[in-house]
Amino acid sequence: MNRYFKKTLMASAALLGLAMASNAMAQEDIKVGVILGFTGPIESLTPDMAASAELAMKEASDSGLLLGGATVTPIRADSTCVDAAAATAGAERLITSDNVVAIVGADCSGVTTAIAESVAIPNGVVMVSPSATSPALTTITDNGYFFRTAPSDARGGEVLAQIVMDHGITNVAVTYTNNDYGKGLADSFSAAFVNMGGTVAATAAHEDGKADYSAEVAALAASGADHLAVFGYVDQGGKGIIQTSLDTGAFQGFILGDGMIGQSLIDNLGDGINGTIGNVPGSDSEGSKTFDVLARDGGIEGDGPYRAESYDAGALIMLAIQAGGSADRASIQANIMNVANAPGEPIGPGELAKALQILADGGDVDYVGATNVELTEVGETTGSYKELIIEDGAFKTLSIR
Amino acid sequence: MEDLLNAIVLLCNFVIVPALAYGAQLALGALGVTLIYGILRFSNFAHGDLMAFATMIVILVTWVLQDAGIGIAPLPTALLALPVGILGAIAISLVTDRWVYRFYRERKSAPVTFVIASIGVMFMLNGIVRVVIGPDDQSFADGSRFLLEVGEFREWTGLKEGLAIKMSQALTLAVAVLCVGALFYFLQRTRAGKAMRAYSDNEDLALLSGVDPARVVFYAWVIAAALATIAGTLYGLDKSFKPFTYFQLLLPIFAAAIVGGIGQPLGAIVGGFIVAFSEVMITYAYRKFLLYLLPQEWVPDGLVQLLSTDYKFAISFVILVVVLLVRPTGVFRGKVI
Repeated sequence: MNRYFKKTLMASAALLGLAMASNAMAQEDIKVGVILGFTGPIESLTPDMAASAELAMKEASDSGLLLGGATVTPIRADSTCVDAAAATAGAERLITSDNVVAIVGADCSGVTTAIAESVAIPNGVVMVSPSATSPALTTITDNGYFFRTAPSDARGGEVLAQIVMDHGITNVAVTYTNNDYGKGLADSFSAAFVNMGGTVAATAAHEDGKADYSAEVAALAASGADHLAVFGYVDQGGKGIIQTSLDTGAFQGFILGDGMIGQSLIDNLGDGINGTIGNVPGSDSEGSKTFDVLARDGGIEGDGPYRAESYDAGALIMLAIQAGGSADRASIQANIMNVANAPGEPIGPGELAKALQILADGGDVDYVGATNVELTEVGETTGSYKELIIEDGAFKTLSIR
Repeated sequence: MEDLLNAIVLLCNFVIVPALAYGAQLALGALGVTLIYGILRFSNFAHGDLMAFATMIVILVTWVLQDAGIGIAPLPTALLALPVGILGAIAISLVTDRWVYRFYRERKSAPVTFVIASIGVMFMLNGIVRVVIGPDDQSFADGSRFLLEVGEFREWTGLKEGLAIKMSQALTLAVAVLCVGALFYFLQRTRAGKAMRAYSDNEDLALLSGVDPARVVFYAWVIAAALATIAGTLYGLDKSFKPFTYFQLLLPIFAAAIVGGIGQPLGAIVGGFIVAFSEVMITYAYRKFLLYLLPQEWVPDGLVQLLSTDYKFAISFVILVVVLLVRPTGVFRGKVI
């Protein structure tokens, strides 16, 4: 009897397993949304970001190991980066009509907040943003559905303040582009800098897209600070501010936030900005190098920012699906933290097949990825930053922080 | 003594030089507006976009010249392209006059009808510019950038403060003086200019004296278009070209024309400088300036700034409203809108 019982139990367990497997087989096409600003102010960056996220999904599909052979279909939507109404409409479509199980995105902080609060969180869909860096996103009521693989600007500001201090600069003027991103970064930088004993002599916002920034620069220069910290966009007002400052000799040196890092700045402004310091999320880790090779092999030619973060966002969703054993919205949400953090086997970029196998065998993984992913309890990376200096017409990395 | 010099240089660098250049650009724009108002008797809201259209042509021609390696360094190549831009602006002005304004003129429509029609023309020009060259920043400045650099000035004088004079700023003032001189000569000395003034002062009397209205209107458009091209190009060289900023220039330009007395060429020039200096001086922070002049402990901790730079456009608006309330005719007793 006992033996018979055992046999039946084993048989039914096997049957159950089979049933689950066939269940997974039946549901073999998993849809994942990719919502990024394919039009708008960062339209030059988003194609590579989307391609990187889709690279991770393809890797998982091609391995044949995801839920025993499921494929993943990415579905794109346009966040526009700036238009919250258009972005939420796009996300609404992904969730209700395309029925995606999770979303990679969005990109810019404003639209990301809008989508998270009005579409994703109410519908119980996980969002993993590769590039929204506003500190405000740390504290939104997300019920555990919002994650990001990009570090918060609160951290970026602190790191930059430390870099500035280390360069022996103690008195700065601050200008920021008048939006969530600029204000958040400027606030965190100023707070950290003052805490470290520095002085912020003046703070002024600037509007993007103006022809003339002489009044803004004049006001900032009147503070008497020798250095100007610029938290803006490299192709927008930020460039105009630095150009005008150079023309009028208002400041001796400049400090740049991550939005200002771009070769076009040097190409436009020339030798005058040699010695400028700044920081940008990123690292020279093994993972980022592996990812660069992977991306090139995958046909992603550019070297724009946030590609690696996008790949990691896609990969996290893949692993969470596998860890929960189901492409179910709630199950993904429950498993993201587990696959992102220790304990478990560390997983680099390009090793998704290995990770999927470990998870299928009931093991544990710690996704490290291209950007050293380690999620804090609110679901965002702490991130590492490159300390940059402009020398001889190029950005040079001084250290990784 | 050195402190006093430093204070003066500081003020020159951040207030006087930029305001002079900006004032000259506004004055050239306001002259066009005021001429059209004087002759055709309506406020031409399309003037800002006419400037953008003309500057666009100048930019396109400049690019062609730059590619061909033709230049007049150290002066910007755009100056060579200016005549083509002027012809383009004149052509589009005459076309809009023929197709839009003449219709209303023949029906003797009320001025407000003209104003609304000009808003239509404004949107049309705006659209053409965006289709042809796009809504983004375009850079077309070349030649040498500075007449006087901050570093050179510091070395030369040994002062702590530096003074920069950009080529575009010097050029703006020189060209503005030339244009204004030529315009006044035309209005005061030539037969056509006198006819224009007569027509502006009293239309019926001028018609009775044999002034041909078609010719007067033609001259008005030609001059306004030429001035718009020059003002737009100089503004683009000095700052940057972006179609939307030209549309925004409409407010300070109208403020300048009205402050000076609309319909009065001299008023437009004075008005341009009044608006420019008010904008710059009210939004400038005087802390550093005071530090040079006053003992340290007397200088307040704040930036000593009357209004934040965000309110720059509000200043032209306030000037406009105050003038219309207090002295609607403007400084030089122009017409009342």
